[in-house]
Amino acid sequence: MKDIAFDAFRVVAIFGAVMSIIPLLVLAERRVCAFIQNRLGPNRVGPQGLLQPLADVLKLLFKEDVYPEKADRVLYTLGPFLAFAPVALSFAAIPVGRDLQMADLSVGVLFVLAITSLGVYGISFGGWASNNKYSLLGGIRSSAQIISYEIAMGLAIVAVLMVSGEIHLGKIVESQSGFAWNIWKQPLAFVIFLVAAFAENNRLPFDMAECESELVGGFHTEYSSMKFAMYFLGEYFAMVVMSALLVTLFLGGWDPGIFTLPDGWLGTALSIGVFLAKLSTILFLYIWVRWTLPRFRYDQLMRLGWKTLIPLAILNIVVTAVVIAIVD
Amino acid sequence: MPETSTEKRTSWRFLSYLPAVVKGLYNTFLHLIRAKGHKTFTIPYPEQRKPVREGFRGEHRLKKDELGREKCVACLMCQTVCPSQCIHIVAEEVPTEELWADRDKRPQSFEIDMLRCIYCGMCEEACPCDAIELTEKLYTVSTSRADMIYDKDKLLSN
Repeated sequence: MKDIAFDAFRVVAIFGAVMSIIPLLVLAERRVCAFIQNRLGPNRVGPQGLLQPLADVLKLLFKEDVYPEKADRVLYTLGPFLAFAPVALSFAAIPVGRDLQMADLSVGVLFVLAITSLGVYGISFGGWASNNKYSLLGGIRSSAQIISYEIAMGLAIVAVLMVSGEIHLGKIVESQSGFAWNIWKQPLAFVIFLVAAFAENNRLPFDMAECESELVGGFHTEYSSMKFAMYFLGEYFAMVVMSALLVTLFLGGWDPGIFTLPDGWLGTALSIGVFLAKLSTILFLYIWVRWTLPRFRYDQLMRLGWKTLIPLAILNIVVTAVVIAIVD
Repeated sequence: MPETSTEKRTSWRFLSYLPAVVKGLYNTFLHLIRAKGHKTFTIPYPEQRKPVREGFRGEHRLKKDELGREKCVACLMCQTVCPSQCIHIVAEEVPTEELWADRDKRPQSFEIDMLRCIYCGMCEEACPCDAIELTEKLYTVSTSRADMIYDKDKLLSN
């Protein structure tokens, strides 16, 4: 009974923590964007604009929830939830601290990959159900893009799994202890994974799903109020999940590398801190890249995915396999 | 922007996008930390205001002379020249005191409809006595149309 209570507390605590990172992330996005563009960004609500996300949420809550006249009401409602729920679920397997995760799965990597893939349904349902040509185009593009880049991402991960010989996320982290990060062993896989992660999250330079200049708002053109907020939340949650996966697979997860963690609760707290630091670095990279690079054209995107990343990833696997065979 | 040669376009470095991406990231980072002379152009408005340019034409002001009288002699030149006909002057004869001996008329009322005014400054140019001028005040604010008709007291205190 005590164990169940502890598990429940752990799940709520981790989920709550991630959910409170997201408003900060949205704010960081806007502030960093502003600074890159020589502006100041939102700095009025609260100190340095810290309460701005709260104000935004309040506004979204009170907005009218619009259903387009010819929308498919069931799918239209389902879309935002399908965009958010799987992504939130996939965070369960990620170790956020030493021996600390919502669910200790033996096939963590596969679980995260499998569940995040479901997110594409949310976007394509939304695009289809809105009964709007821009939304539909956004949804189609997004599905094609996510499916394409998933292959490259999966292949990049295969190389990592070969190096660490584990598929359990916690053990992958342990195999990287003492600064033996996978990024040193698999730099190419890291780059491929990073690029694919941007594409998976529909982030610039690959935000073909939204593509404001061509498709108004893409799949969420017709959405308003909290349904829009759910898409937004899902997008940023997906960013957090992908960054967390990246940190876990390539950057040693919660392991600080330069010093060994003490036993007991202090070590656990430190490990969470280290994980958060690495996570925020990657999230900053996401934002930084977004406000630096222009959007790819759709055919360029597909060319990069199929003709460059996938062959490179396969080559990487072959080379890794050969090296491992020789060393052993 | 120099044109990229075909040879360069087909090179591995160019096609991998990586050098250009790193260059772009470096550039935006300089902006982010405000290095290399990049600075914020934003003026945090209510606390700081952009200085008004010299010669800016804002709200009108009626001037007084050193004896404390309004300089205006109600010649109606400004009212006549005003292209939007927003100046309304009612003239009166001056009292028979020593103070007013140098003129015949003065304005009894002097009203400017700020909603009609186009701030062209022709009243200022037409005035023979240098009695009216446009100030640098640019916040002409009110909650009613009636308040937007500035009377003599308001214009004198502007």
